[in-house]
Amino acid sequence: MNDKAISVNRLTKRFGDFTAVDAITFDVLPGEIFAFLGANGAGKTTAMRMLCGLSVPTSGSGIVAGCDIATEQEAIKKRIGYMSQHFSLYEVLTVEENLRLFATIYGMTDADIARESQRLYAMLQMDELRKVKVKSLPTGWKQKLAFAAAIIHRPEILFLDEPTGGVDPLARRRFWELIYQVAAEGMTVFVTTHYLEEAEYCNRVSIMVDGRIAALDSPERLKEKYKADTMDAVFRIVAADATRNE
Amino acid sequence: MAAIEVHDICKSFGAVKAVDKVSLCVEEGELFGLIGPDGAGKSTIYRMLATLTRPDSGSASLLGLNLEKDYLKLRTRIGYMPEQFSLYPELTVQENLKFFASMFGVRVEDNYELIAPVFSQLEQFPKRRAGKLSGGMKQKLALSCALIHRPEILLLDEPTTGVDAVSRSEFWDMLATLREQGITIMVSTSYMDEAERCHRVAMIDHGHILMCDTPEALRRNAGENLFAARSKDMFSLLTALRALPHVKDCYTFGATIHFTVDAGFDLESTRRILCDAEIMPVQATLEDLFIKLTSNER
Repeated sequence: MNDKAISVNRLTKRFGDFTAVDAITFDVLPGEIFAFLGANGAGKTTAMRMLCGLSVPTSGSGIVAGCDIATEQEAIKKRIGYMSQHFSLYEVLTVEENLRLFATIYGMTDADIARESQRLYAMLQMDELRKVKVKSLPTGWKQKLAFAAAIIHRPEILFLDEPTGGVDPLARRRFWELIYQVAAEGMTVFVTTHYLEEAEYCNRVSIMVDGRIAALDSPERLKEKYKADTMDAVFRIVAADATRNE
Repeated sequence: MAAIEVHDICKSFGAVKAVDKVSLCVEEGELFGLIGPDGAGKSTIYRMLATLTRPDSGSASLLGLNLEKDYLKLRTRIGYMPEQFSLYPELTVQENLKFFASMFGVRVEDNYELIAPVFSQLEQFPKRRAGKLSGGMKQKLALSCALIHRPEILLLDEPTTGVDAVSRSEFWDMLATLREQGITIMVSTSYMDEAERCHRVAMIDHGHILMCDTPEALRRNAGENLFAARSKDMFSLLTALRALPHVKDCYTFGATIHFTVDAGFDLESTRRILCDAEIMPVQATLEDLFIKLTSNER
């Protein structure tokens, strides 16, 4: 196993003369819950897309799950899981069919799919929903299913892009307990969120401002450094320097 | 006269009672919050008040106009911003604004000073297509379009979902300014810090209003026996607390864990059992109340 789950050096992405991500450098350790915070337009999504092998860096380098993000993009996709804010499930398929579809795309065998599906139904307590079409599920269950689809192939790193956007306080907490659970089993979790109390649940937090990493440390140390009581206050201090207008 | 008066409205979709005998009253110039979990019926209430769907039973009036009889008159006097981005993605910023103004028979410049604080940041790219805007900018454009005919009531359904913390507080500052101009605002949100900024808040679940009061009164009635705990390993602490006999609800709360207890709970003996944890009594927030009201049934 690598000693770093993610290692990025001066990673940069330009669109024309606009620098969306500006020479960011950071490491994420295996089993860590690592948060990416930032205002809308700070460059979080662009950075995440490069880490997931969906976008080629303009310059700089990075290793994700042991693969080079510039040259081994297809290999990266097999080793990571990705859950988007929009859940990206097939509404007309059942819970079971959705899981099977994603597992098959990842090249899993029938035996593996059966075993991993069982494990996930038990973990997420959704066994009785297997035959239900996704379109008739409440949002909370869709969110759990999208999470299951992202981890069915046991990825080394799980990327979560605003997984709790618009989700109510109780459902958000239940979701974070799932994140704790997979991290405790050794999965690395890379998450973006706008709920700053969720930043407190992470091992380390980076705050992006205008395409750069303006702060990076544990929530505890960041609060100490900026003499703030909450991550919300830290964010307001750090993000106040932003000049970029979305 | 109340700006919004609702009496026992109901709305079902097949066997699902989305809204079940809801009554509420919003005063003129009030900033009123509608809070509840996903599927509680909030959006259905909005759609009925915006005259887009009819209640099965019950009655409602806005600005003294009957929701069913006077819906055409009403539409020119209310502004509605739905949860889903509903502007035309293929039209530019300027075209969307012009389109909505023309639908209401006004010109953009007629009420420009009302939308100026919201719209000013969009002015630098009038030709950008709405579909190409970032989340925060889409939200500002949608609010501008909902305000362009100077409505007396503004209905906002989760306007800040997906918006960062700084833009969210800017958005709420704008709502305060609009309210000062006499506009009545009804807003729903999943952020409890925003709910704290409302005059009054209705907590809703399963189509019912569970409570409706000022944030201070709601917090006062949220009950006592709430504690906060913290330690180095928060996940283990959560598990340990849940295993204790007199601990009821137990959940993460930012850098701490909050838990409620029954009468048999003893703080000193709990401190001895969980010796590496720091435990102290705390005041409930709206977030605690929300969890208390919604966790029993799910």
